[in-house]
Amino acid sequence: MSRDRLICDTSEWSFPLLKRFDREIGRIARDEFGLDTYANQIEVITSEQMIDAYSSVGLPINYHHWSFGKQFVSTEQTYRRGQMGLAYEIVINSDPCIAYLMEENSLPMQALVIAHACYGHNSFFKGNYLFQTWTSADAIIDYLVFARAYVAECEERYGAEQVELLLDSCHALMNHGVDRYKRPAPLSLAEEKKRQQVREDYLQTQINDLWRTIPTAAQDEKIEKTERFPDEPQENLLYFIEKNAPLLEPWQREIVRIVRKIGQYFYPQRQTQVMNEGWATFWHYTLLNRLYDEGYVTDGFMLEVLQSHTNVVAQPSFDSPHYSGINPYALGFAMMRDIRRICEAPDDEDRHWFPDIAGRDWLEVLKFAMANFKDESFIAQFLSPKLMREFRLFAVLDDDRDEHLEVTAIHDESGYRELRQALADQYNLGSREPNIQVYNVDRRGDRSLLLRHYRYNRRPLGGTVDEILRHIRRLWGFDVRLEAVDENGRVELLAEC
Amino acid sequence: MGLRRRLTEIGRPMSHFIDRRVSAKRKSAVNRQRFLKRYKTQLKQSVADAVNRRSIVDTDAGERVNIPSRDVSEPVFRHGQGGTREGVHPGNKEFVTGDQLQRPPGGAGSGSGDGKASDSGEGDDDFVFELSREEYLDLLFDDLELPNLVRNQLVGATEFKTVRAGYSADGAPSNIDVVRSLKGAIARRTALGSPYRGRIRELEEELTALLQDGAAEDDARVAELREEISKLRVRIASLPFIDTFDLRYKSFAKQPEPTSKAVMFCVMDVSGSMDEERKSLAKRFFLLLHMFLQRNYDKIDVVFIRHHTTAMEVDEHEFFYSRETGGTVVSSALNLVYDVIRDRYDSSGWNIYTAQASDGDNWESDSPVCRDLVAEKLMPLMRYFAYVEIMPRHHQALWYAYQEVDALETNFAMQQIDGPEDVYAVFRSLFQRQQA
Repeated sequence: MSRDRLICDTSEWSFPLLKRFDREIGRIARDEFGLDTYANQIEVITSEQMIDAYSSVGLPINYHHWSFGKQFVSTEQTYRRGQMGLAYEIVINSDPCIAYLMEENSLPMQALVIAHACYGHNSFFKGNYLFQTWTSADAIIDYLVFARAYVAECEERYGAEQVELLLDSCHALMNHGVDRYKRPAPLSLAEEKKRQQVREDYLQTQINDLWRTIPTAAQDEKIEKTERFPDEPQENLLYFIEKNAPLLEPWQREIVRIVRKIGQYFYPQRQTQVMNEGWATFWHYTLLNRLYDEGYVTDGFMLEVLQSHTNVVAQPSFDSPHYSGINPYALGFAMMRDIRRICEAPDDEDRHWFPDIAGRDWLEVLKFAMANFKDESFIAQFLSPKLMREFRLFAVLDDDRDEHLEVTAIHDESGYRELRQALADQYNLGSREPNIQVYNVDRRGDRSLLLRHYRYNRRPLGGTVDEILRHIRRLWGFDVRLEAVDENGRVELLAEC
Repeated sequence: MGLRRRLTEIGRPMSHFIDRRVSAKRKSAVNRQRFLKRYKTQLKQSVADAVNRRSIVDTDAGERVNIPSRDVSEPVFRHGQGGTREGVHPGNKEFVTGDQLQRPPGGAGSGSGDGKASDSGEGDDDFVFELSREEYLDLLFDDLELPNLVRNQLVGATEFKTVRAGYSADGAPSNIDVVRSLKGAIARRTALGSPYRGRIRELEEELTALLQDGAAEDDARVAELREEISKLRVRIASLPFIDTFDLRYKSFAKQPEPTSKAVMFCVMDVSGSMDEERKSLAKRFFLLLHMFLQRNYDKIDVVFIRHHTTAMEVDEHEFFYSRETGGTVVSSALNLVYDVIRDRYDSSGWNIYTAQASDGDNWESDSPVCRDLVAEKLMPLMRYFAYVEIMPRHHQALWYAYQEVDALETNFAMQQIDGPEDVYAVFRSLFQRQQA
């Protein structure tokens, strides 16, 4: 190991040192491993600014809302009392990719964060198909600027309270604002502004489908009774409301749209937690080890990195007091490493389970996996028996009709497939979030909105249904009903408002 | 986002470092204020509880408050308990397929593989957080005021308001009025240039006439005319675009503001019948009052008077901490108030307030004297007189004497405090903002 390559052996960071580390890490990431990233914008911030960033759901800029203030006070509180450490870093899916580094971090931590966020997450944002499909990295910051200014303008014009009520209602439906099967139009600030006015006028003329009172011929009416509106059930509640709610003012529609667009921006993140964190962890581990191998950092530096790495990927057992579900960092990192192992040194079991990747170029396979999967399919495709054994995974079936829980599969030959399927299913958005759809609008009668909850495994909706319906009612302007449909197609009325 | 640049265009992506630590502090302040505003009712309740709980010495710090978390929750559609679910967990030790397990207490199928426990809180735990001192006092004294405060126009007033006073020809550069100055410049240029322009017009007419008559370009007169015209044009062009003479400055003048001068007399009974508990209640009351005055009124005089058989004007420290005691003659304090007013606070210039605290135990024949003193001598000078009786064993002559005053005067108020929990409530009721 040559001493002259050593970057430094202090643990205090400085901007020149950060730049030096970034250059070396970036060089290895690009030249050696061919990671394709957006440009990086690395910002050093204080812990208070980190709490700020937390409270606006990690966005660098956002409109004002009390709920962010609530988030802020509670984060600040737990942080000040030492109940919670802050994340070392926050990274934003934008182009250039913005990463926040806390000033309290030591130099090894900063290097770890640069490798993790600026090369790991960054390349994931740029490569993964979900992010490519659902988010526009180059436009998000501009869009947020637009959104903030627009909301502020509405507050001035219509009163902060009106806007707050509307945002409350929209936030209640934020997770139901995505078209899962359609590619949304890309964002652009200039177009957004230009189109906003046009859209406003146009929309107001379009929604009147519900108001149409011109009498139609008698047979039309018969047909219409059997026809529903919308023709097909729609799962994008916010979009449906934006386009069809009869009483909303144009500015209100625009705000519904803003919440919908921001919700959509987070849609891929909710589905790629294991992969995204696993990928970033894999790369900070790999890149910093390479840095160490090449003699750029000292043993002490590496020990500090490894210590915090180990904390991050710790997976407590189900019976530990620290257990709170499967740690996405641990699972993701283990799977990425495992894929590399299967490629580089496959054994017979691997050849049997993964004939198409065993023995191939690991970097190519790993990048393919990163680009074309989400958590659910990634686990279903790549979780190996070896890992299931290492994690000692077991599946428990909880059926409220039975008195006991049943262990349905463990890490043995007969259980691997079922175990893998069960774990993959846990990350299926459809099973994690209730499936609520717009089923019908009573166009000829009281204009009430009918929603249907399609039950999954007989799971009912949780406590706050009435409150949410009040929010939907506020947006829709007329009665709202919610029906539940069970697996046999039986329908029952859950609530109305 | 000031420093955004498309760096990708310069070939390979590169990194750009920004030190954000210096900028944009407290970005969430607005959101925090909105949150506090939204839950003001609950917070006020919490603050009212807190002020009663606190010891006297730290009435003035920030405060931990709590709001029931169901009030602050944000509803979203989610799955509830029930149905079937299959959970995968790590760390199997002895289970084999087909094992039947006892359902763990606290609900079905713990953990859904979500990776994180819910932080929005389903339970009825309180949402607890810290208010800063400012926020705490804001809530504590929200909607309170000194009643009947009158703004008096005073000679030698100390408050001034800066008002616009037209334009002047000199002043500080920062006050230059650009539009005015340029208007002046145009006028000057027009005025100074007009003789030249008139002459140019004449010469041009002559020139056109000559040329129409068929004069050649090299005719001497034509050349002469052309030269003179161009000379005149140069003169016009050399008029300065703007001159110090054009500059106009916005002028400001100070106008005296009507100010309110106010004085509060704090009168506390420290006689022997006021035991430690009563004294501490009285002190709590005056502490609140003192904090309120200091916070909401910049310029207010506070006169502290304590009395047993004799009354004495004391300073703040002595008022709150001295332990002297004796019998009770309430009128001694009222007389002292009157004397101090006569000596130092002219009632035409001052808003005068009195807050008096006592247990009502007075020397028997003194109470009618007090009534007459208050009703006849003090009330005509007062904007407001508040009397609080601290834990009276039973109402005595002073209470009934004051009731007579209360019946006569609208700006007299009396309340009684029966325990620490009443102090803040009574204080609020005495200084509640009057709805106009």
